[in-house]
Amino acid sequence: MFSEFKPAILMTLVFTVLTGIFYPLAITGAAQAMFHKQANGSLIERNGKVIGSEHIGQNFTKPEYFHPRPSAAGSGYDAANSGGSNLGPTNPALADRLTKDAAQFRKDNPDFTGPLPADAITTSASGLDPDITPANAMAQAARVARARGTSSDMVRSLVAGAVEGRDLGVFGEPRVNVLKLNLALDEKLPVQR
Amino acid sequence: MTVNGWIQIAIFFALIVACAKPLGTLIANVMEGRRNFLSPVFGPVEKLIYRLCGVRTDAKGQPEEQHWTRYAGALLAFSVTSAVLLYAIQRLQVWLPFNPQGFSQNNVSPDLAFNTAVSFTTNTNWQSYVPETTISYFVQMAGLTVHNFLSAAAGLAIAIALVRGFARHSLQTIGNFWADLTRATLYVLLPISILAALVLCSQGVIQNLHPYTAVTTLEGAKQTIAQGPVASQEAIKMLGTNGGGFFNANSAHPFENPTPFTNMFQMFLIFLIPGALTYTFGKMVRDTRQGWALFAAMSVLWFAGVVTCYHFEQRGTPMLEKAGIEMTATATQSGGNMEGKETRFGIADSALFATVTTDASCGAVNSWHDSFTPLGGLVPLFNIQLGEVVFGGVGAGLYGMLMFAILAVFIAGLMVGRTPEYLGKKIEQKEVKMAMLAMLVLAASILFFAAGSSVMEFAKNSYWNAPGPAAANINNPGAHGLSEILYAFTSATGNNGSAFAGINANTPWYNLTLGFAMLVGRFLMLLPLLAIAGSLAAKKQVPVSAGTFPTHGPLFVSLLVGVVVIVGALTYFPAISLGPLVEHLML
Repeated sequence: MFSEFKPAILMTLVFTVLTGIFYPLAITGAAQAMFHKQANGSLIERNGKVIGSEHIGQNFTKPEYFHPRPSAAGSGYDAANSGGSNLGPTNPALADRLTKDAAQFRKDNPDFTGPLPADAITTSASGLDPDITPANAMAQAARVARARGTSSDMVRSLVAGAVEGRDLGVFGEPRVNVLKLNLALDEKLPVQR
Repeated sequence: MTVNGWIQIAIFFALIVACAKPLGTLIANVMEGRRNFLSPVFGPVEKLIYRLCGVRTDAKGQPEEQHWTRYAGALLAFSVTSAVLLYAIQRLQVWLPFNPQGFSQNNVSPDLAFNTAVSFTTNTNWQSYVPETTISYFVQMAGLTVHNFLSAAAGLAIAIALVRGFARHSLQTIGNFWADLTRATLYVLLPISILAALVLCSQGVIQNLHPYTAVTTLEGAKQTIAQGPVASQEAIKMLGTNGGGFFNANSAHPFENPTPFTNMFQMFLIFLIPGALTYTFGKMVRDTRQGWALFAAMSVLWFAGVVTCYHFEQRGTPMLEKAGIEMTATATQSGGNMEGKETRFGIADSALFATVTTDASCGAVNSWHDSFTPLGGLVPLFNIQLGEVVFGGVGAGLYGMLMFAILAVFIAGLMVGRTPEYLGKKIEQKEVKMAMLAMLVLAASILFFAAGSSVMEFAKNSYWNAPGPAAANINNPGAHGLSEILYAFTSATGNNGSAFAGINANTPWYNLTLGFAMLVGRFLMLLPLLAIAGSLAAKKQVPVSAGTFPTHGPLFVSLLVGVVVIVGALTYFPAISLGPLVEHLML
């Protein structure tokens, strides 16, 4: 074993340089050249200012915006501290949180009846989920319309247009990107004051 | 469960089947040193590495062959050296480049650095830390990414060495570790990683060295968005079945896994090499039916896991239903247990991912297993306890399954009263003893440490942990808490790295015991296996006769599946019944 330490040390150094320096830097160079926007986080600008990333959820609490899912990342949508609740299926703390959030959701959206969409009061895995389900968005449409002084139908049709289908028609689930939807709202149905 | 979900599962399986032969053939050619279509590019690099590192080659450029003890010595020397370097890089990060957030040794305690160094060297990639608040880009690249490659390459090397034991006869050697390591990295892992990294990046996985981005959100709040060279690490993280996330949320983080397409692609990368290695095995022992038999046995176990996990996650829990949540999938929402799952993946892709990542020794997660339903979460736990032989880790899956194959023919031999044979080699006392040793050591490590951590109490001012019981580190009360501890040591010993992540494992007690469990799981499995390889290579080939038990038909596949399940169930049933099974009854 001891006679093998010389090649061991040399191999470690050679591969550290090859796979730890050359490889990531080469990929960084190639990615910056070929996929500049994606490689830097698919950032979205409005009026010349960066207001977020299309892939990273952010918190919304005002009634005129669609709300994202509850988040367990830091104090909520902390994009430098991702994570989930890790509450187990029999944990009373989860039951309490669900009851509270369900009541809040129904209070925020009094026009909504029926069972809650599965994503509405559950926290995501990353705590940064940028999406909600189409059902969740539709459940919030009446509230958003009222806060903006516009008709529910207008908001609903905006939501319908914002639904992203399954990738290649089959992968994943249909979803609505909350930040993009809210940006579209501000642009097309600005708050009437 | 939806039609669409089943179609995705079918597409995933079809992709793995389709790639087994072409990639398996390439790997066989590469590892035997034959010319292949990548030789013009990487051939000179390979020679240069041998020259730089002092690996002796013969006139044809083939490195000198090693006896199994020397091969094992090389593996150990390499693992120790590279782990020490990784420890040093973490502790010295403040003086190293690419550290825009200014992380220092204060972020990485000695016990944490030890745990991480062991974790990445052993292909476990358990993470006791939150990466985006702990380590610099340099540590991620020159430390962790390197080990993502090397621990996978080492696993592949060991598997090939064991296969050589079956393929050769009357020889004292099983190959050269340095050559196997170099070839696996250069011809297999690196080219596929380069392609995969670019594919991921095109979909939105980030790849930069910028400081974290500060933004003001639409509602005027401040948000800091973590950045980094993610795509390059993400590719090899999946391909090498490593699983250590660039971010805490791992493959659930939208910058690691932004779309359902990347999600399918990542799962494909996990099974790509392990699936192909069954073909490599068949090719090297000159009977591809033998490889397909292993593939079939693995497929059966994989499918059983997916169906179970998918079913229970879609069914949800009474607690969710009581809160008024829809449990049935509709066209506009997924239904089921969405706690700890991402909207874009829904139930089907989360259940499939959880099964795949624990069938293999990957351990990447796109949803939190801790929040799964009791029986849905039992699937990943039990998958690891079976030894991650369902396709398994790069190399690790194949050598683990071959160990079970040795046991299966041994049991078949006992039933008919005949000396067992496998692939023309007599399976005798030494092989069975070694296979059993590996299996028992793993079980002992899991059960001993989990039991210890469940009852351990710490004094006030203890270095090891906060005062009081070690079980206080769990985040969920009752049976689920036991599952968290059991899962942690199962994951560490199985070199998986996924977690029931509610447990606070970043204390000296857990960092050191989990690190020790990883070392046991890696090396006390590898050394007996290399001993088997050496012993088999030295044996004569026995001609096939009428009395030989055929090991390529459905009978053998059933026997193999049965042995895997029975050994796992007998070993772990008591522990499982106190954790997930009790919890299910409490729902």
